[in-house]
Amino acid sequence: MAEPALSIRGLTKVYGNGFHALKGIDLDVPQGDFFALLGPNGAGKSTTLGVVCSLVQKTAGKVSIFGIDIDTDFARAKYHLGVVPQEFNFNQFEKVLDIVMAQAGYYGMSRREALPRAEQLLRDLGLWDKRDGSARMLSGGMKRRLMIARALIHRPKLLILDEPTAGVDIELRRSMWDYMRRINEEEGTTIILTTHYLEEAESLCRHVGIINHGEIIRNTSVRELLAELDTETFLLDLAHPVESAPRVEGFQVKKVDDAQLSVMVHRGQRLNAVFEALGEQGIEVMSMRNRANRLEEMFVSMVEGGQNTEVRA
Amino acid sequence: MNPQQIAIALWTLVVKEIKRFTRIWPQTLLPPSITMTMYFIIFGNLIGSRIGQMDGYSYMDFIVPGLIMMSVITNSYSNVASSFFSNKFQRSIEEMMVSPMPNWVILAGFILGGMARGLGVGVIVTLVSLFFTRLEVAHPLLTLGVVILTSALFAIGGFINALLGKKFDDISIVPTFVLTPLTYLGGVFYSISLLPAFWQGASMLNPILYMVNVFRYGFLGVSDIPVGWALAAILGFIVVLFSIALWMLENGKGIRS
Repeated sequence: MAEPALSIRGLTKVYGNGFHALKGIDLDVPQGDFFALLGPNGAGKSTTLGVVCSLVQKTAGKVSIFGIDIDTDFARAKYHLGVVPQEFNFNQFEKVLDIVMAQAGYYGMSRREALPRAEQLLRDLGLWDKRDGSARMLSGGMKRRLMIARALIHRPKLLILDEPTAGVDIELRRSMWDYMRRINEEEGTTIILTTHYLEEAESLCRHVGIINHGEIIRNTSVRELLAELDTETFLLDLAHPVESAPRVEGFQVKKVDDAQLSVMVHRGQRLNAVFEALGEQGIEVMSMRNRANRLEEMFVSMVEGGQNTEVRA
Repeated sequence: MNPQQIAIALWTLVVKEIKRFTRIWPQTLLPPSITMTMYFIIFGNLIGSRIGQMDGYSYMDFIVPGLIMMSVITNSYSNVASSFFSNKFQRSIEEMMVSPMPNWVILAGFILGGMARGLGVGVIVTLVSLFFTRLEVAHPLLTLGVVILTSALFAIGGFINALLGKKFDDISIVPTFVLTPLTYLGGVFYSISLLPAFWQGASMLNPILYMVNVFRYGFLGVSDIPVGWALAAILGFIVVLFSIALWMLENGKGIRS
């Protein structure tokens, strides 16, 4: 059986001020996976990834990257690793191409080897025309793409993306999703993603780990996690205003505003029954959508309820 | 990393450092040239002509080696201190930390970058001094060796300062309150033989005195202190400070949480 791309055992981090950021977490990310590490702010996501990237010193535990223990041969493990951090961490006064080429140099790549690769990445990410400009002249989305190009220059087998689309407009976010899907599916790059856009995790990732208060409270496939959802809330936009929420037998219906209702639908219930009941009361529905992203509902219930709480939306 | 990859990584870092200080040359290369020109005009020409000879040489000839050394020391130190601290501040140091580059290569890269600026400014100041005096070098190899070693030593010092620094003020404290006074008191402008016995003894505790004197010996062939001692002291300081800086880097002092 192939070694996991990332294997973490008993990872513990206690900061100097006594804060237990990680409480002995275990985590495996298989090769070729697209994995989401989710958790509220301060849950331990960035600390976990920081240890993997050598930016944070662990207190205890074992971390292996493609079977290479970072305590025994971190340098070799780092060859497999590409990192896109949460914050811009390049010298903004340097030229775009220089930033990518310098990173190649740090991995020991010769200019002859690195330049075609840099050109390909910058073209793919729409930055080739900006290559001779200073990085500070780039827009926020371009800077994020520059960090992706930089992280991929040495062809890592494991790419860590710490909130890669934060602050990026929806159109650009979608194009970045396509790019990430492509390198995962076509090049087999294992990707670990942290994000606050749970729609992103649901759309991109096959597996998800949820971390809260320094502990992994769930590590499963996105499909299995979503299958556990037993309630969804729908928003119904009405053709005409209503004075109060109508009664629909077996469903909890609430008035959001004069022209919008929310309906909670449990697993096994027929949505048609809602439309039939509303139709009988002369209420015409123009459109319908989920109140929130499904994974988001699940996530909120898990981190608010704690580890042993039954999963309910 | 194999030796070839290490060489590429080191070269990358050194070139990046050189590009950094040449890109901002009005802040890095121009000011020392202007400052030293002022020293040559005011101390060397105007005041020096009334002082007469020092250790058997004209005052201008006496102060030139010290002023070159002062520029090299200050610029080697401040280049590494400001560059590495900026990397820390902007978090671009993470680019290097996530790479397989060994810590000693990171350290050596910054030191060589600092030396490039220190020695570059030294060359500029030397060229400026030629407008004021006819420079002769009694011991060229010794002169070159001492200035290179001194530059390396203060570049390492700047690196440690940047590792320990938490805010920009922290990297200006040492140059302002330690380096500059020690340089002025290190025999740049006078021979310590002019001092009373007590202050001569006190001056011997100043490491910069040794560097300035050996450098001056390389130019003029005169020194207040034994040359061998001074070289041994410089090399000793380099070994000790390099080891401390590498240990700090290995243990993530000031850069890893």
